[in-house]
Amino acid sequence: MSTSTAVADQPLLSVNNIEVIYNHVILVLKGVSLQVPQGGIVALLGANGAGKTTTLKAISNLLRAERGDITKGHIDYRGERVDQLNPSALVKKGLIQVMEGRHCFAHLTVEENLLTGAYTRGEGRKAIEQDLEMVYTYFPRLKVRRKSLAGYTSGGEQQMTAIGRALMSKPDMILLDEPSMGLAPQLVEEIFDIVHKLNREAKVSFLVAEQNTNMALRYADYGYILENGRIVMDGEAAKLRENSDVKEFYLGLGAGGRMSFRDVKHYRRRKRWLA
Amino acid sequence: MMFFLEVLIGGLMAGVMYSLVALGFVLIFKASGVFNFAQGAMVLFAGLFFVGFMELGVPLLLSLLLTAAVMVLLAGVIERLVLRHLVNQEGIILFMATIGVSFFLDGFGQTIWGSNVRQLDVGIPTDPILLFDGDILIQSFDLYAALVAGVLLAILVVFQKTRIGRALRAVADDHQAAQSVGIPLNVIWVIVWSIAGLVALVAGVMWGSKLGVQPAIVSLALKALPVLILGGFTSVPGAIVGGLIIGAGEKLAEVYIGPLFGGGIENWFAYVLALGFLLIRPQGLFGERIIERV
Repeated sequence: MSTSTAVADQPLLSVNNIEVIYNHVILVLKGVSLQVPQGGIVALLGANGAGKTTTLKAISNLLRAERGDITKGHIDYRGERVDQLNPSALVKKGLIQVMEGRHCFAHLTVEENLLTGAYTRGEGRKAIEQDLEMVYTYFPRLKVRRKSLAGYTSGGEQQMTAIGRALMSKPDMILLDEPSMGLAPQLVEEIFDIVHKLNREAKVSFLVAEQNTNMALRYADYGYILENGRIVMDGEAAKLRENSDVKEFYLGLGAGGRMSFRDVKHYRRRKRWLA
Repeated sequence: MMFFLEVLIGGLMAGVMYSLVALGFVLIFKASGVFNFAQGAMVLFAGLFFVGFMELGVPLLLSLLLTAAVMVLLAGVIERLVLRHLVNQEGIILFMATIGVSFFLDGFGQTIWGSNVRQLDVGIPTDPILLFDGDILIQSFDLYAALVAGVLLAILVVFQKTRIGRALRAVADDHQAAQSVGIPLNVIWVIVWSIAGLVALVAGVMWGSKLGVQPAIVSLALKALPVLILGGFTSVPGAIVGGLIIGAGEKLAEVYIGPLFGGGIENWFAYVLALGFLLIRPQGLFGERIIERV
């Protein structure tokens, strides 16, 4: 590949070998590197406590609020170092996180929640109203519920509110943390459909942290698997889905078809990823 | 009957004065979960600067503006020197920090302006008004105080609907989420403390005109505590209604129950009322309902 195409192929986001320590002692990420290309959907997979949320928070710089710190490595967004910027500056640059567990403002109405997403935009009322309508076309359900307090809406509606709120900032890239958490399978499907649609139509790139490996790999182009603070495997989503280790560990499918959970656990204990 | 009404109205008007102080507490508590013990000291601080400027011969409006500027500056300094370094600490640590701020303001204000009782006259009429052919007597000053509180409340309610107001409420609800959508916490804090400072200025001017500007205002401001317990720590209308109830309650109690104890219950009745209230409805009359869903 020539150098000129390499520049054109420069990823939108690249995380380079970062190490994150909480409270000056707890090492959570031990050298994580990943890339998200312009217009891609990348899945970040792994079990509970693998470091998915920490990775996302390191990128959006919400880490500091939890006494975490990036001690090594650096993060580039559009080829520019961003690991020292505060979350507000990152949102202005088009990089926003939708936190795990939705985190809607419970005492604000759905519409007010959406409007808070436009806080960093200095534009007039008209442009913001327009985007509000745009969000309502993606999430028609929110339009019906616009006057309800977000705290009283359902889990699915809250997830939609959280994503819609992020959209109001006019992002180029959304870090989506565990969108499937606590939702019925049908709703998970619906949410991922919308992510896919936003990716195609609104040209938003996504980095999605998920435990629901199956679902994430169906919608993503590329996947990284995180275990114990390290990337242990990465590849195109279609290939990862066919990989026998991924099947065993994350999809619960062994060589002889669906395995029982007990066997999976047993197998896991015998074979560690990096051992 | 007329006597009852007179006591009631007098009490309600006195309550408005408590509400003015309570409002400042509510604003800061809502936005940052910090119980700002220094609110009372801020009232005195603002009052001292205002009366100080007036005594230097600065015209009334300009004094008001200058003092407002001082309060905004103070908010910035408090954020810069105290709050910023205590982000994400336990609530109790922030609370203790505000106690420190309280003593500092109390002392610093007096160092600059002295600790004498100073008369403040901003031209609010104080002559009594007679209603119902002279059966009921109310102070016109109290009427003006109520008017001021009403205007302040209206401004605050409208402000809640603006972009900044929405951001303040968002921060109050979930400050991590607020940060995640790009609302800068330190800017919001400066804004909140500035508004609380301006409310303190209004309270300082009103209290100062009524009692003279003096250090005793700080402890008087603590009457805002029972008001908050009654109205709810997180509710702006609650601060107003709570103030009215406490004001009317203590005056009525003094007149009707007081004699049973030999009088003088006005000073502690409010606290007993608040204590009783805590047992029945800890979140206060208008406190935010706790929304708990998964």
